[in-house]
Amino acid sequence: MSATLDRPARFGAFVGRLLGGLYGAIMNLPERPMRAAQARLRDGRLGWLFVMPNLLVFAIFTFLPIVIDFWYSVTGGAQLLPGDRPYVGTGNFDSLLTCKNYLDPTTCERDLFWYGVWNTLRFVVLQVTLMIFFSLLTALVLNRKIAGRGFFRAAFFYPVLLSPVVVALIWKWILQRNGILNAGIQAFGGQGTDWLIHANWAFFWTVLVSIWGHMGFYTLILLAGLQAIPADIYEAAAMDAASPWRTFRRLTLPLLMPSLLVVFILAMIRAVQIFDEVYVLTGGGPGTATVYMVQFIYQTGFAQGVRQYGLAAAGSLLLAAVLLVFTLFQLRTMRRGAG
Amino acid sequence: MIARMLMARRGRAGWDWTDWASYVYLVLGVILMFGPVLWLAVSSVKSQAGLDVFPPSLLPWEQARVAVPNQPSPLPLFRVTSGDHAGETLAQVRRIGLQAQLVSAIDPSQIIRMPTKDLQPEMRVHASWSNYSDLLAKFNFGLYFFNSVFITIVATVLTLLVNSMAAFALSKYRFKGREPVFLVMLATLMIPPTIVLVPNYLIAATLGLTNSLWGVIFPAVATPTGVFMLRQYMLTLPDDLLEAARMDNASEWRIYWRIVLPLSAPALAVLAIFSVMWRWNDFLWPMVVLSRSEVFTLPIALFSFQGDLQTQWQYLLAMTVCTLVPVTLIFIFLQRYITQGIASAGVK
Repeated sequence: MSATLDRPARFGAFVGRLLGGLYGAIMNLPERPMRAAQARLRDGRLGWLFVMPNLLVFAIFTFLPIVIDFWYSVTGGAQLLPGDRPYVGTGNFDSLLTCKNYLDPTTCERDLFWYGVWNTLRFVVLQVTLMIFFSLLTALVLNRKIAGRGFFRAAFFYPVLLSPVVVALIWKWILQRNGILNAGIQAFGGQGTDWLIHANWAFFWTVLVSIWGHMGFYTLILLAGLQAIPADIYEAAAMDAASPWRTFRRLTLPLLMPSLLVVFILAMIRAVQIFDEVYVLTGGGPGTATVYMVQFIYQTGFAQGVRQYGLAAAGSLLLAAVLLVFTLFQLRTMRRGAG
Repeated sequence: MIARMLMARRGRAGWDWTDWASYVYLVLGVILMFGPVLWLAVSSVKSQAGLDVFPPSLLPWEQARVAVPNQPSPLPLFRVTSGDHAGETLAQVRRIGLQAQLVSAIDPSQIIRMPTKDLQPEMRVHASWSNYSDLLAKFNFGLYFFNSVFITIVATVLTLLVNSMAAFALSKYRFKGREPVFLVMLATLMIPPTIVLVPNYLIAATLGLTNSLWGVIFPAVATPTGVFMLRQYMLTLPDDLLEAARMDNASEWRIYWRIVLPLSAPALAVLAIFSVMWRWNDFLWPMVVLSRSEVFTLPIALFSFQGDLQTQWQYLLAMTVCTLVPVTLIFIFLQRYITQGIASAGVK
């Protein structure tokens, strides 16, 4: 008996030693150059050496691109190389922003962009509101004395880990004409429908599927916020015979505000950039009913016969301006949290 | 009344209706969260014919077949509902219009003719594992799987290394420009990958990284949330430890990998789990940078096949299941660390 128990343990120890040895051998490689650098550089400069790889990646793949983004947005043509692109001034922005009636995308020069704008706005308002409502409700329920809380918490979190493509395909399979949802409706005497072919239903399902895929994450943050509220505050409220609703309004909600703010900002930032699930689920359709901002960028820049990098970049910058506002809020709350 | 449910009640004996409501809500939630995935998994072992049945059956029912001597392939089994042979189970050799020719397993040489209306297919639960084995035989599934695994592992190792080095310097050194560097890194939060899609494609093309797994790996190796999380953790490590090591003439690099990194293991583990999730599920950037099918990752392969395979859902379903299994395993074994990590860091 002990021999069979020992074997996996010994194997584990062996793998551990192997990985440890590998780690040591690899991490020891830069020892000489780093020691030489340390001898040459004063203490202050050494810090720069450590942050350099990170800064380099940021510089090449984040800061340089934003500069190029600006250049792309003021040049036209389908050429990829910046030098080959003709300067068009504000042409791209003009084209995007030219509309007879901003509420009616069909009157716009770039109707796809405006479909994207209005759909995204509709999506963000509905999705963020519903998601925060359900996350808060779930967190409040999970914060009670619940048997098996860990299991329930994990269950709500599970879809968060799934790939958006997988999430979309799971739901596509459920929503298809001969799918289980239509079968269920028929079993109760109703009439099924082609969920993703009717514009309003398709929009509704993009909202619902994205909530399904993400609410567990926000539930966790809110639950952590609820658990950080000291219990004796509630005891004091109970002594004062405060009604539950009053306790919730006057105690829980204000004390939870910082977490709610974090959740709100993160949810906004992510909802504005919705793409993956929706693109696989509906492809933006039917028609343009579920085309969102990022899909406009992707489609204009990469998925059409003529790649209009200038328009895509201009659209990106307009999206960036919106995101900037939310992210500044996020940074403020993060820094406050960091002390 | 509803308000009672919203209340966190602690330590009161007895059940009232709010407890019932809570459990009903949670059980419904569990069904809603796991149900769709289970339905996908069950559907993925149905045969193509089984998938077309409406309303769908819960389990993968399939017409039973039996191998009969002198017949090239197994024959479908039918139960006879009326006539001389009522109650017997016979194998159908062929069907001509409304007439079927059947044989019994006892005497395969004797052909029995009867109208098809007297026959009912003999069904049994049977999992078509061939949906899965065909993935390897008919599609380059192994290659996509390898690509995804390679990207996930290499990118995660690099992410941990690069971000922990930065976090080490930002938490343990005082150097000129430390604050600005930290702010610049946090500022990258303002530039999500979606808005630098076009220029990043140019940069990847210039560096020869398009249609290469490295083109997927490099751009997101440095992450502001990673730096932030690790720095917060390393700030809690006592500086005395580092001083003691310096007394022993350890180099700064050695202090970093021998002392600081092992002590930061909990934070590194959280970042590692996140990184694995990010990479395994990544979609938009790989789709932009990878256009040749030899370098497809699983999500990209899934997406590109869903157009072609609309009529062959059995393969699409099986491939989807294969994509979610690794993540599900990680979830089962590590969900406590994941949920704790998110709750403490508030990042994803």
